[in-house]
Amino acid sequence: MRASSPARPTFLGRRITPLTRRRLDNFRANKRGFWSLWIFLVLFGITLVAEVIANDRPLLIRYDGAYYVPVLHNYPETTFGGFFPSEAKYSSPAVQKLIEEKGWIVWPLIPFSYDTITYAPGPYPSPPSRIDWLGTDDQGRDVLARLIYGFRISVLFGLALTVASSVIGVAAGAVQGYFGGIIDLGMQRFIEVWSGLPTLYMLIILASLVQPNFWWLLGLMLLFSWTSLVDLVRAEFLRARNFDYVRAARALGMPDRQIIVRHVLPNATVATITFMPFILNASITTLTSLDFLGFGLPPGSPSLGELLAQGKSNLQAPWLGITAFLVLAIMLSLLNFVGEAVRDAFDPRKVIG
Amino acid sequence: MSLLEIRDLSVTFTGWRGAPPVHAVKRVSFDLDPGETLALVGESGSGKSVTALSILQLLPYPAASHDPGSSIKFAGEELVGAPPGWLREVRGNRIGIVFQEPMTSLNPLHTVQKQIGETLLIHNHLSAAAVRARTLELLHLVGLREAESRLNAYPHQLSGGQRQRVMIAMAIANEPDILIADEPTTALDVTIQAQILELLRDLRDRLGMALLLITHDLTIVRKMADRVCVMSHGEIVEAGAAGEIFAHPQHPYTQRLLGAQPKGRADPPPHDAPVLVEGDAVKVWFPIRGGLLRRVKGQVKAVDGVSLKLRAGATLGVVGESGSGKTTLGLALLRLIDAQGTIIFAGREISRERQRALRPLRREMQVVFQDPYSSLSPRLSIAQVVGEGLRVHHLASDEREARRRIDEALVEVGLEPEAAERYPHEFSGGQRQRVAIARALVLQPRFIVLDEPTSALDMSVQAQIVDLLRELQRRHGLTYLFISHDLRVVRAVAHEIMVMKDGKVVEAGPTDAILETPQHPYTQALMAAAFDLTAEPGEVVRPH
Repeated sequence: MRASSPARPTFLGRRITPLTRRRLDNFRANKRGFWSLWIFLVLFGITLVAEVIANDRPLLIRYDGAYYVPVLHNYPETTFGGFFPSEAKYSSPAVQKLIEEKGWIVWPLIPFSYDTITYAPGPYPSPPSRIDWLGTDDQGRDVLARLIYGFRISVLFGLALTVASSVIGVAAGAVQGYFGGIIDLGMQRFIEVWSGLPTLYMLIILASLVQPNFWWLLGLMLLFSWTSLVDLVRAEFLRARNFDYVRAARALGMPDRQIIVRHVLPNATVATITFMPFILNASITTLTSLDFLGFGLPPGSPSLGELLAQGKSNLQAPWLGITAFLVLAIMLSLLNFVGEAVRDAFDPRKVIG
Repeated sequence: MSLLEIRDLSVTFTGWRGAPPVHAVKRVSFDLDPGETLALVGESGSGKSVTALSILQLLPYPAASHDPGSSIKFAGEELVGAPPGWLREVRGNRIGIVFQEPMTSLNPLHTVQKQIGETLLIHNHLSAAAVRARTLELLHLVGLREAESRLNAYPHQLSGGQRQRVMIAMAIANEPDILIADEPTTALDVTIQAQILELLRDLRDRLGMALLLITHDLTIVRKMADRVCVMSHGEIVEAGAAGEIFAHPQHPYTQRLLGAQPKGRADPPPHDAPVLVEGDAVKVWFPIRGGLLRRVKGQVKAVDGVSLKLRAGATLGVVGESGSGKTTLGLALLRLIDAQGTIIFAGREISRERQRALRPLRREMQVVFQDPYSSLSPRLSIAQVVGEGLRVHHLASDEREARRRIDEALVEVGLEPEAAERYPHEFSGGQRQRVAIARALVLQPRFIVLDEPTSALDMSVQAQIVDLLRELQRRHGLTYLFISHDLRVVRAVAHEIMVMKDGKVVEAGPTDAILETPQHPYTQALMAAAFDLTAEPGEVVRPH
C-alpha cells in the first residue's frame, strides 16, 4: 500500500480527486502544451475586450469639465459644440479639434474598429505604416483591427460549435452505448449515411438558400459536426456498462439514469475532453474555408477567411496573405499543442509516479 | 561453482518528482544448481518477481538500477551490466522464462507455430522445415493434445492451460539451463494448475534444468521445491531446504505465512432457520447466432437447470472450474442477468418481477465481486463508494447520519474511519476487498453473493477475509452464496457445497460429507488437485 499523502489535493481552492491531480500534473509536465494554453488564453483574453483595444471611438473624453465614455454610450455631435444632432464622428479632424479646445481625448491603442475606413493614403490595399501597423485591406480598413475582431469571432464560433456538438454527440453516443440493440444498430447506420454526405458542398448549398449570419452558420455546421464524438462515447459506454463497479451499482438498486451520470459518463468524459481541442480546430478551419469561399459570415464581418481571400486576390500586397496565414497557423498550432497536452494528461497508460 | 550465483542483489526504482526511491530488492543472495528447484516465496510486493526479472536484466532501466556490489553470475559470467549481445544470447537460449498470465504474454496476432518458431530462429538459424519439426516435438513434449492441428491456432483459440503449455514450450525451446517460472499457475484452474506443475517437474528431470519457481502459494512450494527462499519487503528472511522450513520455520514472517492458510470451519447454522433463497430449475442460456440473418443456431447453457435451497444464516459454497457457470448462477439469483426458472427470495417470487419493482429488494441482497481493483470506481472516495447505497435507498436522514453509518461499516470490516476520505488506489487489494464488503454491509442486507472474494488476494490476506466473513455472519446472521474455485477456502466457510460442471450440479450436500466422501469423479478430481496438487489421469477433468 502506498503511504497516504496527508494533504488532500486541491486545485483553485477546490478539493479534487487524486486522479484529477495526476492529470493536472501530467498536463503541466508537457511544457509546450502548458505554455501554448497560456499564450492562447492571453490572446483570447485580449481579443475578448477588442472594443477597448481597437475602436474608432475614444475610451474617455474630457470636455468642458465633464467626462464622456464614447465606447459605452452614443453622444450627438452637438454635445461637443458641433452642428449635427447625429452621433459624433470622432475620427474626423473637425470633431477632434472641437473637443481638444475644451478638454482632451484618450484613444484606444488602435484607433480603428474592424469596419473603419482609415483614410490612409491610397491606393488600397496600402502597405504597413505607422498608422496602420499591418497595412489596410482592399477597402481601406485597418488589417490589425480586423484581425483582432476576426480572431475573436473565429474562436467564439469554434467554441460554441464544439460545445454544442459535444453535448449532442455525447447524448447520442450514450443512448446508443448504454441501451445497445436495435437503437444502436439503427443510429449507427444513420450516422454512417449522414457522415457520408460531402459536408462542405452541403454547407455551400444550404448557405446559398438563406442569408447566413453567425447563428445560421452555427446551426448549419452543427448538422454535420455532431457525429464526430458519437463513436467514441458509444464505445466507452459499451465497455463501461460491464464494469464491475457499474454492476455493483446496479446491485445496489441504482436507477439507470443515476448509473449513467455517476459511473458511466465519467469514463466517456476522458474521450470527449481529449477530442475537444481538435474539434475546436476543425470548427475554426471549416468556418475559415467557408469565409474564404465567400459563403460564410455576411459581407463586412471581420473574418480570417475573408482576409485570406483578399490576400489571394491581391498578391501585390503580401502583408494581407502573410498576416492571415501567420495568425491562422499560430492559432491552430497553439490549439493543437494544447490538444496534445490534454491527450497526454488523460492517457491512462501514461502513469508517472 | 553454482550455475547461478546471486550476491547482494539490490534493485532501486527512482521516485518520480521528488518521491523517495523504492528499494524493491535489498541485498538478496542465493545459488541455483542444475536439476534443482528453488522456490522464491512471498506476498505480492515482496520483490520476488523483480528479482527474477533482474536475472535476465529485463527491468525498466534506467528507472530501475542495481546498487554497486550487486552481482548475478550465470555460469561464471556476470550478467549485471553485461553487453546487450551477451544478454540476448542468454535470454531465451540459456535461461527461459514463463510468465503468470498466458493470455497477455502470447502475441494475439501470431500462431502457435510462429511464436515458438521465433525463439528457435533467433538463436539457431534453422531451416523452416527443421523449425516446424522441432516445434511439433516441443508441443508433444509439453503435452499439448493434437499438436499438428494446433500449430496454426491463435492464442484466443486455446484454453488457459493450453496457452500456458505453449508458453512453456517457448521457454524450453532451446533447452535452457535455467527455467524461471513466475507464478506459472496463478491464473489457472486448480485442476489445470496440478497438470502444469506436474509438467514442469517432469521437464526439469528430463532436461536437467534448474527451476526457479516464484509463487505465493505454499501448497505449490511444498509439492515442488527442493529449497525455499522466503522473501518479505525485498529481503530474504529465511532460506533453506523445503522440508526443514515447513517443519521448523525460524523467522516470524515464515511462521505467519505458514499459519496463514484459511482454516477453521463455519459455525453450525441454526437448524430451524427458514429458507431465505430458493431456486428451482434456474436456467441461463445465451443464444449463439450465425449466418446472414443472425438466426439462433444453438445455445450456450451457462446455467442449465440448477435448483437450490439456502437457509437463513447458512453458507452455500458453489465450486467448479472457470466456465462452469458459478458466477452466472450467482448473478441470476440476484436477477442481475435474465434467467428462466423460479427464484424465491424471502418467500416472494422475484423471478418475474420487473427491475423497478426489485429496487427496494436490492437493499437486502448484495454482491461482492472477485476483483477489488475493478469493483471500486477510481473516481469516488471510500465514503462515496460506501455511502452510495444509503443515498439510493434513502437510508440516512441527513449527512451526519450517513457519515455515522459509513464509519460503522468501515470499522466493522476492520478499517479505520479515517479511510473514508481516501481513494481506492491508496489501498491494497485486501483493504479494497474490505471496502467492497463494507459497501454491501452498510445496507444491512440479509443475503450476500460472494463471487470469488478471495481469489485475487494473497494467501495470508485470504485467511483474514475468510475470518472476517465468518465473523460478520455470526454477528448479523447473514446468508452467503460463496462462489469459489478454491476448495480450501470453501471448506473454511461453507456449510453446504454444490459442485458445478458445465452449468449443471454434479454433486451437492453438507461440506463434511462432500469433502470426506466425494461421490462424483469430477469432485474427486477437483479435490485431488486442490489438496494434493495431483492431476487425475484420464479424461475426468475437461481435456486441456
